[in-house]
Amino acid sequence: MSLTKDQVKHVAKLANLPLTSEEEEKYAEQLSKILEYVEQLNSVDTKDIEPTFNVSGQENVMRKDETEASLSQEEVLSNASKAENGMFVTKGVFEPE
Amino acid sequence: MFCSCSADYFGKEPNTHTCPVCLALPGALPYINEEAINDCIKIGLALNCTVADKSLFERKNYFYPDLPKGYQISQYRWPLTVNGWIEVVGQDGKTKKIRINRAHQEEDTGKLTHKDSNTLIDFNRSGVPLVEIVTEPDFSDTTQIVDYAKKLQQIFRYLEVSNADMERGDMRLEANISVRPVGQTTLPNYRVELKNINSFRFMMAAVEYEIKRQIAALEKGERLQQETRGWNEDKKETFLQRVKEEANDYRYFPEPDLPKLKISENQINQIKSELPELPVQKSVRFQKEFGLRLDQILVLIESSELSEFYERAVEVGRSHHIDPKIIANFIINRKINIEETAPTEIIEQILESKAGIVEDPGQIEGLAAEVISENPQIAADFKKGKETALQALIGAGMKKRKGKVSVEILKSTLENLLQKE
Ligand SMILES: [Zn+2]
Repeated sequence: MSLTKDQVKHVAKLANLPLTSEEEEKYAEQLSKILEYVEQLNSVDTKDIEPTFNVSGQENVMRKDETEASLSQEEVLSNASKAENGMFVTKGVFEPE
Repeated sequence: MFCSCSADYFGKEPNTHTCPVCLALPGALPYINEEAINDCIKIGLALNCTVADKSLFERKNYFYPDLPKGYQISQYRWPLTVNGWIEVVGQDGKTKKIRINRAHQEEDTGKLTHKDSNTLIDFNRSGVPLVEIVTEPDFSDTTQIVDYAKKLQQIFRYLEVSNADMERGDMRLEANISVRPVGQTTLPNYRVELKNINSFRFMMAAVEYEIKRQIAALEKGERLQQETRGWNEDKKETFLQRVKEEANDYRYFPEPDLPKLKISENQINQIKSELPELPVQKSVRFQKEFGLRLDQILVLIESSELSEFYERAVEVGRSHHIDPKIIANFIINRKINIEETAPTEIIEQILESKAGIVEDPGQIEGLAAEVISENPQIAADFKKGKETALQALIGAGMKKRKGKVSVEILKSTLENLLQKE
């Protein structure tokens, strides 16, 4: 299966990645190759086999409803490129009031 | 939901209730909170849903600054509870069954504040357990929607799973609105989602506005599109927020970091047995046990606290032979503040107000007979089926005794005598 340039554009948009026209070409080719590689799995007959979503084989792994100390605001913001009033600052997203 | 941060984030300093899991720092892994799962099951059961024997979390992928992982852990193909229903009352006063598609478990997202050309992010809310309840497109008027929302809020409070305070964002409503010509049975091919509206009142205003806007647009021959709209309270109109040109391309896939949930019959029965009496059941019981009218019942069961207060007062009143109906009337008419009053005080007040009131059946029968013979025309009207005539006779009797007579006994005595004649 090969990925079209439009599909690459679509996926890039969903992931908010700005791609140049050359990059779109390049990734279409690379991603197509990856898909082809993974498609080899289709040669295996998986009729009557349940899909595996988790390899641990465990179920109902849960914790008690107990709180633990959170990180401090200072720690949390220490990696932020920009912070204001204790909050992360990012480029405005479209949401008119 | 998947970390140990406190969910008591409201009004707290921003970014003080977060950890590597809810901030999506590299290497952090989710860990399911069992109580959240049980609460979600409770909600599902209260809404007559079936609890799935197998349930999985999935990743809902979208790119937005309120979502540090780039996906929200939610449920899609294997929700915890499905196929329920709830009864609501519409504009015509009739009861309608609203089908519940699902009540599933997910995590909340961070809170965004927009300032100038920037967006500020507080992740305190990120990762707080959130239950999403989805109905089928069964609502046909706004009265049904208000009733639905109020009933849900009441159920959450009875279950003690949430304060369900809309102003604080504990409970949020999203309405999908579309209109179709009278007689068309298929659903329209678009719907407008109303989002980020934080009160019942505004939501209803938005829904009503939107119905009018859509009808006007269709009548002008315009085509309506799939979009998200918000509510502008100053202008009293909805406004476009987002056009969904990439309609719901969330690329859901099972969350590989979380093993599946298997809910046993035993566990479901256990949770069922721990459910409190819910408003609907309480309403039926109050009618049967105390003979109350529906409008009285609706006031008394508004909160579980008030209904419990009422039942304690009934208990105390029993030893003084006070009719539960009198207690109901007393609490409702005097708008008793249950925070400041004890049930025993209610009974004392009722006893006081009854002091000097004639309750002797013999005396009252004499009075009733007098009233009937003095008002033959009204008595005849009642016998012909004019129910309100009885009120006039009761009024006449009360007047004769200057109000010092038991209304309940006078009423039943009058009814008896008139039926015998
Ligand atoms: Zn956390």
